[in-house]
Amino acid sequence: MSSPAAQGLAPRRPAPGASAIAVEHGEARLGGGVVWSEVNLEVGQGSFAAILGPNGSGKTTLLRVLLGELALARGSASVLGRRPGEAKGQIGYLPQRRHFDAGTRIRGIDIVRLGLDGARWGLPLRPAQGGPVEEAIEMVGAGTYAKRPIGELSGGEQQRLLIAQALVSKPRVLILDEPLDSLDLPNQRAVAALLERICREQGVTILLVAHDVNPLLGYLDQVVYFGGGHAVVGPPREIITAPTLSRLYGVPVEVLETSDGRLVVVGLPEAPAHHSDRHEH
Amino acid sequence: MLAGTGLSPDLVSDFKALTAYPFMVNAFEAGTIVAVMAGVIGWFMVLRRQTFAGHTLSLMAFPGASAALLLGLSAAAGFFVFSTAAALVIGAAVGRSRSNRGQESAVTGSVQAFGLACGFLFLSLYSGVLANYETLLFGSFLGITTSQVRVLALVAVVALAALAFAGRPLLFASVDEGVARARGVPATALGLGFLVLLGLAVAETAQITGALLVFALLVAPPASAQLITPRIGLSIALSALIGVLITWVGLALAYFYGDPVGFYITTLAFACYVIARVARALRDRAGGRGPVLLGTRAAEGPA
Amino acid sequence: MFAHEFFRNALLAGTFVALACGAVGYFVVLRAQVFAGDALSHVAFTGALAAAAAGLDTRIGLFGATIALALVLGVLGPRAGADDVTIGIVFAWILGLGVFFLAVFSAGSSGGNGLLGARALFGSIFGLGSSEARLAAIVGALILVAVVAIARPLLFATLDPLVAAARGVPVRALGIGFLVLVGATAAEATQAVGALLLLGLLAAPAGAAQRLTSRPYLALALSTAFAVAAMWIGLALSYAVAALPPSTAIIATATAIYLLAFGLTVRPPRVRTSEAAN
Repeated sequence: MSSPAAQGLAPRRPAPGASAIAVEHGEARLGGGVVWSEVNLEVGQGSFAAILGPNGSGKTTLLRVLLGELALARGSASVLGRRPGEAKGQIGYLPQRRHFDAGTRIRGIDIVRLGLDGARWGLPLRPAQGGPVEEAIEMVGAGTYAKRPIGELSGGEQQRLLIAQALVSKPRVLILDEPLDSLDLPNQRAVAALLERICREQGVTILLVAHDVNPLLGYLDQVVYFGGGHAVVGPPREIITAPTLSRLYGVPVEVLETSDGRLVVVGLPEAPAHHSDRHEH
Repeated sequence: MLAGTGLSPDLVSDFKALTAYPFMVNAFEAGTIVAVMAGVIGWFMVLRRQTFAGHTLSLMAFPGASAALLLGLSAAAGFFVFSTAAALVIGAAVGRSRSNRGQESAVTGSVQAFGLACGFLFLSLYSGVLANYETLLFGSFLGITTSQVRVLALVAVVALAALAFAGRPLLFASVDEGVARARGVPATALGLGFLVLLGLAVAETAQITGALLVFALLVAPPASAQLITPRIGLSIALSALIGVLITWVGLALAYFYGDPVGFYITTLAFACYVIARVARALRDRAGGRGPVLLGTRAAEGPA
Repeated sequence: MFAHEFFRNALLAGTFVALACGAVGYFVVLRAQVFAGDALSHVAFTGALAAAAAGLDTRIGLFGATIALALVLGVLGPRAGADDVTIGIVFAWILGLGVFFLAVFSAGSSGGNGLLGARALFGSIFGLGSSEARLAAIVGALILVAVVAIARPLLFATLDPLVAAARGVPVRALGIGFLVLVGATAAEATQAVGALLLLGLLAAPAGAAQRLTSRPYLALALSTAFAVAAMWIGLALSYAVAALPPSTAIIATATAIYLLAFGLTVRPPRVRTSEAAN
């Protein structure tokens, strides 16, 4: 089975001029230490970008900066032309590892609807039928199980509904933290294809953190690769190469390509684990 | 005590007997108000998995009432003031220890014991003989005055209005805190505000069921309703309805067979929950997680 | 005060009850089972009243009810849906039953029975006879010995259940056995400080110890020491101040110890982001 890249699906070029996300000379600190510094990146509107790198390299930190949860120690960041945290209504956000346990007896469709009006005060009035909630659910293909309690659904099904929740308010930017990591391989490919479709059809800028670039390889316009306290930014085929990564990490790194077009990176040093990265469980 | 007459097979005459006395009418009015408020607020409490905090708050009504007695105020005032204060203390203390579940519950447990110890102290200071603790802890339906009913109604209206106003963000923060915060929902403030509201609900309910048994009206109807249907609006309404039914039947039983009303209410509440659990288990096994019982629309496309 | 027999009895029983509570309480807090402890303590009330209504020694009901519930909770476990909601509803009902038994008991016998309910709820440590005190001391000592005996595997099973199970530690059996110990402790402590208040002796000394140190055996020892200190100071205070009931004094002291530990170890606020270029 050939990868999307091998099938020759050309990734789109970012629209000129308008950038959805930009960071200039950014430096982030946590717990007194520098996580990364001198990070420059620009993600054009309507592009599909991924943040990669080993554990502890600061991927989630970048997300927190863009969401306005963490202020840069140096440099500037902007989302949709404004300071991070100001454009809350226009950003859809999917945190990492959300799994509703079996006891949560709220329907999937209500969880999606929260994405639309959950932050609004006052009594909820009935929306018209076929409104944005149903559209979002159709878009992610969750129509058959949206009315069931979300605690009863599988990981892949929950993830689709959560993506619908992030989409329902028609955001211009979608930020996802490791959306594929708890899914099996077929689901990973399906969700990656779904995200690409959303990006293409709705013109939504997508920025996600990922562990493994391969399910996304054919769709990505841009890659932000963290390592050694810095990041390199550019199209995947330029960045995920032995010379570039070796330069980034300061140690010899090899990039191998398998016969079906997948990339394997060998020799990356793991950054010392940060407490913030450890998952709860 | 009016025990001994017993229920007769003629429900109409039973009903007439129940409503013959003004204080019984008061008791029913008060019970209805309390049950609705407890059903709605308890629904959120069960959703937020704050049942232990709810239980602790309900017990705090006891020192509040006994302090009030000692100071010469009405027990109701004591219930309200102390429960609100306790809610703020627990909210603040719990917020500090969020990282550690063991520590969090140690705080709650210590607060609970300390509050009860104070209640015991106040009561023994007030009356050397501990005769009054029964009403405060176990509840009574006798002697509810019309002005008490009015106060209960007022508090309930205010509390429910607040909940209607903040309900959606509260739901969001309860179910999905990370994303809610990202959307600008003030989750911490809402959490604290909810605890205060819970304290109010507890204080109200304690006047009927007593501080020890509030828990039943606060937990069982919502838990049962949530088992029956996952549809939010329906579930909340059902929770209130179940609470009201339990309270009415409990009051009637207490009238015909004697106090303490708290016992009947807890037993009925327990029975309700057991029925709901069993029904859910049967339905899960039968249909392999079939469609929800109430309010199903036809499934879209093949299952 | 030591001249009075009632005080000596109280001290004897109380010391061993406190030892048991401190030791058991440490694990209760560590395992985050405080709510279950709460349920067990309230059930003790019902057990005592049921026994009284049936004309038996209250201690039979005390221990019978708590150990029975402990077994139910342990066997059902969190996986069978015995979550906080279920625990709460079950023991609310059991409490209601206790109230019912109290009413039956009060209706059955003559005056002075309001006291039984109060004693079950709030304790009666100054009312213990010498044989009662001796029995309570022995049971307390046994519980303490049991906890010390299983401390190491229990610690392992609590902190790392999967690895412990792989190494042959009977995690499930230990869990059930531990809950039984908690039940027995609750029954014990009901005689001293009452069903409603004994949670304070379980939670506060243990909570304080765990705030002060993360070394498990040291914390276990501290928890036990704090509980005994609370007991002694509380008894002395109650003796000195006539209006102060002993159970209140004991719990207040335990809470004060916890507050002290809380105040000594308040962590600095989480390091937020550093200011932008200064």
